[in-house]
Amino acid sequence: MIFVEDKEIVIPGDILADEEYHSGRGTFKENNKICSSLVGLVAIRDKKISVIPLQSKYIPKRGDVVIGEITDIRFSMWNLDINSPYSGFLPASDVFGKEKKELNRTFDVGDVLFLRVVDVDEVKKVKLGLKGRELGKFRGGILINITPTKVPRLIGKKGSMINMIKDETRCEVIVGQNGVVWVKGEPSMERVAEKVINIIEEQAHTSGLTDRVRDMLAKFLGHEPEDTEPEENEAEEFEIIPIEIEGSDEIEESEETVEIEISEELGEVEESEKPDEIKEFKEE
Amino acid sequence: MVIKMVHIVPEIIKESVTNHIKNGERTDGRAFDEYRDIIVEPGVVGKAEGSARVKIGNTQIMIGAKPQLGTPFNDTPTLGVLMTNTELLPMAAPNFEAGPPDENSVELSRVTDRCIREGQVVDLEKLCVVQGEKVWMVFLDLHVLDYDGNLIDAAVLGSVAALMNTKIPTTKLEGDEIVLDYDNMIPLPINEKALMCTFAKIGGELLIDPSLEEEEIMGARLSIGMAEDGSICAMQIGGAESMTKEEILKAISIAKIKTAELRTYLP
Amino acid sequence: MNIIITNNNLSTGTETSARANNRAFDELRNLKIEAGVLERADGSAYLEMGGNKVLAAVYGPRELFVRRLMQPNKAVLRCKYNMAPFSVDDRKRPGPDRRSVEISKLTSEALTPAVFLEKFPRSTIDVYIEVLEAEGGTRCAGITAASVALADAGIPMKDMVVACAAGKSDGNVVLDLSEIEDKEGEADLPIALMPRTGEITLIQMDGHLTEDEFKKAMDLAIDGRMKINEQQKTAIKNRYGD
Repeated sequence: MIFVEDKEIVIPGDILADEEYHSGRGTFKENNKICSSLVGLVAIRDKKISVIPLQSKYIPKRGDVVIGEITDIRFSMWNLDINSPYSGFLPASDVFGKEKKELNRTFDVGDVLFLRVVDVDEVKKVKLGLKGRELGKFRGGILINITPTKVPRLIGKKGSMINMIKDETRCEVIVGQNGVVWVKGEPSMERVAEKVINIIEEQAHTSGLTDRVRDMLAKFLGHEPEDTEPEENEAEEFEIIPIEIEGSDEIEESEETVEIEISEELGEVEESEKPDEIKEFKEE
Repeated sequence: MVIKMVHIVPEIIKESVTNHIKNGERTDGRAFDEYRDIIVEPGVVGKAEGSARVKIGNTQIMIGAKPQLGTPFNDTPTLGVLMTNTELLPMAAPNFEAGPPDENSVELSRVTDRCIREGQVVDLEKLCVVQGEKVWMVFLDLHVLDYDGNLIDAAVLGSVAALMNTKIPTTKLEGDEIVLDYDNMIPLPINEKALMCTFAKIGGELLIDPSLEEEEIMGARLSIGMAEDGSICAMQIGGAESMTKEEILKAISIAKIKTAELRTYLP
Repeated sequence: MNIIITNNNLSTGTETSARANNRAFDELRNLKIEAGVLERADGSAYLEMGGNKVLAAVYGPRELFVRRLMQPNKAVLRCKYNMAPFSVDDRKRPGPDRRSVEISKLTSEALTPAVFLEKFPRSTIDVYIEVLEAEGGTRCAGITAASVALADAGIPMKDMVVACAAGKSDGNVVLDLSEIEDKEGEADLPIALMPRTGEITLIQMDGHLTEDEFKKAMDLAIDGRMKINEQQKTAIKNRYGD
């Protein structure tokens, strides 16, 4: 028995299905019933039922790429706000190696960086690193905050949404998995991108969004929307889309950052977006 | 150990907002002399003799006025009393903490109080019941619910709206007794609608009604209180930077127009 | 100098025999909930129940700066219940008093069983309740609103929490006591529970009830839960234009 429809909005405690279904992300099992633990949209895939949250906080995971702001400088590390209940730190050794340098001459309080989550330990200390091709300090641009669970929607299938924004506004756009988005281009174009990204966040749960965004961009930029083949199945868009590492090669890097190839495979980043938290929610 | 959370504005945001302003634009698309959307809703709390909810953009304050009979101050035995108190509620912003009023909330109370008192919004003489013994004391409580910049203009606008909405019982003296007739309530005597207009100085430019983002990076802030005839009744400069005489005079001329515009939102 | 107050509108308390507005003994006052009403808070809700006007806001899970409160295996849920000075007939002095401190503690305990706190070790979830106007039953109104604000903030919960008082007024066991029924009545029994499972997370009582009356009052509150839960659900769905 199933008591809800695909894409229906549910709230915590709503009974979704009987035990013949599998309990997915955002759900838990109690008394042989699968219930929602969140305000979100029901996603039914075969026999698996999940709830995609409409609002959430970013919980750091190893391998994620995030945008963080330096809030403090300590003896041998920087502290960063990564838009999460857990703040992060960047060890000086990650940037300088064994050399001794003054930390604030490299990165100062208020600087915004693109980083990778290197490790999250048992006491939720979040170790960050800059080893990666496109990681480093941002110069210029603006920041936009969105709900982290809406990041896949902003990126779109195979980057369709984000690439459309980039192409139309000619802005560089980098999306952190913590919901912080960096945009750099012509100041007026930055604002167009900001508006569009905020609308995507607001309407992430609605269908036909890609088309609407295309029209919106055309309106803001004052030209006719280009004819593109209509999107094949909108319903598919509600799937949890594996995140791609977003980033442009043009981002300026701090001089000290050593260029090292991305150590983790893309696959590992995708992994983090898959519903891997189910176990914690199950109450057998 | 309680660490007060201080919000540090990212450098690139400072840069981008300032550059926009230097190019004559604001990040939310407003003109330098343009307010955000304003809503004034009087009479929202039934248990308060006067009340108003005010919104400027997403900044939201609930104001309640409660008159009580009390003893006048020794130096003003024939005048009623106005007491202004502000609560910057912890719900209003992530970095506001519960506790006794801090310097920001005391400043907001006092600036609001000054504009209303010196602007002679309430006719305090008419609030005297028995000279030297009993006068009306009006407690104005500002409950800041959502902080998104420019609390001062919202506080004054909402306070004036709440005072205009306030009713007090009629009083009669019968021998040695004061009879308060709650069946015959009269409006609080209002003389004037003095209001405030606040400017932020960013990148050498003056802009009114600073948003949260603008307030976080502004060098200086100037609030000007004005009566309906354009006379100045209160002023307050704030922030780390200074202002020039020319800037202040320019702000006064803009405030004259803008406070008149704000006045149209009053009931 | 004596002050004499004349006010014919003051209620005498005798009209409780028939409930105001012809309300049935098991009928709730008018209830209205709106979710997502504040910009800065992570989640928020505004609730009107009879003459009560209550605002609830949630911040978190967020970093906890007070180390001695930190729980290594779960989040702490902290609650602050506060009454606006203008929310009652005689101005209330601003700041916490013994009553609001106790209600804050109980509210936090009423909500805690519903929240999957173990998802966010070492962090804090802060719930702020502001009573803007009080007309009997503000602690219950606060809990119902706070539960919506928690859901709105995206905090995982095993159920919503609804709260309502039952009690005895003018000899009758009734649901959702108004201010006058509470003041003049014989007993007040605020109850918070999770609507799906019926688990009770808060119970307080003052006054006097027989065991039978108590059972009846508790059943009224339990039976009334679904109506409140429906309003909570509607509020959240309306926020997303459904």
